Amino acid sequence: MRRSKYERPAHLTGESGGPRLTTSAMIASLAAPGQRTQSAPFGHALAALAHERPEIVGLSADLAKYTDLHIFAKEHPDRFYQMGMAEQVLMSAAAGLAREGFLPFATTYAVFAARRAYDFICMAIAEEGLNVKIVCALPGLTTGYGPSHQATEDIAIFRGLPNLTIIDPCDAHEITQAVPAIAAHPGAVYMRLLRGNVPLVLDEYGYTFEVGKAKTIRDGRDVLIISSGLMTMRALEAADALKADGIDAGVLHVATIKPLDEATILREAGRGGRLVVVAENHTVVGGLGEAVAATLLRNGTVPHGFRQIGLPDAFLDAGALPTLHDRYGISTSAMAGSIRAWL
Amino acid sequence: MQTAHDSPRAGSNVSLPERAYRIRRNALRMGEVQGQGYIAQALGVADVLAVSYFHAMRFRPDDPEWEERDRFLLSIGHYAIALYAALIEAGILPEDELETYGCDDSRLPMSGMAAYTPGMEITGGSLGHGLGIAVGIGLGLKRKGSRSFVYNLFSDGELDEGSTWEAALSAGSHRLDNLIGIVDVNGMQADGPSLGILNFEPLGAKFEAFGWFVQRVDGNDIPALVAAFDAARNHAEARPRIIICDTTMGKGVPFLEARERNHFLRVEADEWQQALKVLAEGRDASEGRTP
Repeated sequence: MRRSKYERPAHLTGESGGPRLTTSAMIASLAAPGQRTQSAPFGHALAALAHERPEIVGLSADLAKYTDLHIFAKEHPDRFYQMGMAEQVLMSAAAGLAREGFLPFATTYAVFAARRAYDFICMAIAEEGLNVKIVCALPGLTTGYGPSHQATEDIAIFRGLPNLTIIDPCDAHEITQAVPAIAAHPGAVYMRLLRGNVPLVLDEYGYTFEVGKAKTIRDGRDVLIISSGLMTMRALEAADALKADGIDAGVLHVATIKPLDEATILREAGRGGRLVVVAENHTVVGGLGEAVAATLLRNGTVPHGFRQIGLPDAFLDAGALPTLHDRYGISTSAMAGSIRAWL
Repeated sequence: MQTAHDSPRAGSNVSLPERAYRIRRNALRMGEVQGQGYIAQALGVADVLAVSYFHAMRFRPDDPEWEERDRFLLSIGHYAIALYAALIEAGILPEDELETYGCDDSRLPMSGMAAYTPGMEITGGSLGHGLGIAVGIGLGLKRKGSRSFVYNLFSDGELDEGSTWEAALSAGSHRLDNLIGIVDVNGMQADGPSLGILNFEPLGAKFEAFGWFVQRVDGNDIPALVAAFDAARNHAEARPRIIICDTTMGKGVPFLEARERNHFLRVEADEWQQALKVLAEGRDASEGRTP
């Protein structure tokens, strides 16, 4: 619970220790110290793909630098459209360009696409089945700026929208593969984006991204963690931590939230004796967790327990990301702790 | 630059007033199917549609998606009755589908949608969408080196929507000289007279300030509309063009013009034939014919 704005910070009143970490920059790198990273995977992948696909154009709502689209804009200046801080016309204009045969990548922050431009994504793009790729930074809790920039419910908003494919990639390896894959996938796509120095994880597992496919990254006997986005890298780290305690955790990475790879989820969750834990960088309302739960229930598949790791149904605090990830249970250590407690 | 002679219908021996009359007649016949609807708007905008389709625009009735056509975006979904009436007159839709207007399985739903109707470019209805889509189409046409225009017919009510002004600013910034906006200022919205809802005047000055080439005309004066559309297409400056059309709701049927609350008209069963009769008499009188 946040302190009242009329109370001074606890460390100044002697109630607790020294000051906490400072608020992370708007777009902080999610990489742990020493973790391998790749710079601007989306921008580089799109710039490279655009050489092969002349119909690709890029649109920004005054956030090209913060979505890595500036890499594309620099390499293909005549194919970049600065639409200004105007998300409604960003999406409408992308629809118009798609009508004329172009392949627009419309980029902004996830909060602005989901909350501000929803009707335009719905009616101008999805209802008409247009080939627009909406790629958005700051998904879930990846900024410490508070609810104005934390897209904690974007997937819940978009899951109800017909004709929209939803992708939540894990790392730089996956983003690099996902860009050509979503370009080749007909119709509207919403992809959550990690930008800047993005951790590089899944290449070590020989992972290949395919639209609509959930993939086992690591097998485990006791727990099945079903995860998407950055929570898959956290799940892999948590699985390592749990191994030291003799807990064998598997990780099923579900990069495509919609359409959900129900067959793979049912097969994996149906293997007896495992606790199923769904982990997502998103509110526990309306995201991957509830999608998996409904799939299991509809199909009569009953795992050995079902739990959710995700953000609470609340407007979240401002602050430093490591503090917030611990506070809301999506850091590696918090996640491992939760799973230990549930077993 | 395109000239009026490019329009395949410019040489037709059917006059523009006759086209407008037939559009009104088609709309009334559709209105009769439902017994109520957005008939006052259709009658008001018929002259604008006649000049758009039979003077200004390039299209092929047998190939509604012809690449070189001018694009006509109807953002006001409920004006579909008016556009269907024009598309029928243009030969894009068959006349016998009039009687299906708004019925189950019809290609002519009450609110216009791209997936249902040949010649309907976009799905309207969620107001304030058309101009933004027109910006994207304008950018796309330029990328392709196309000389087609994109027209967007929107209503004075849509001036309340912030997205309309986002698009207006965008079109001006991108200097979209292939975009022609048409605002139907009929002065009436769902809750009452438009200027009593939100005061959008002075409208011309607003678009001028956003970088547009602005004209304002009596939207029921066909020669004035012809001149305005010609000027919009042939204007030399690299600016988007807007034609602000002041129209009269229910135009051509005096007893409907006189209704005060006319956003969604209820017309009694026996009044439809009366409306068609009055409309025909008006046409005959203006042409000096004896009924």
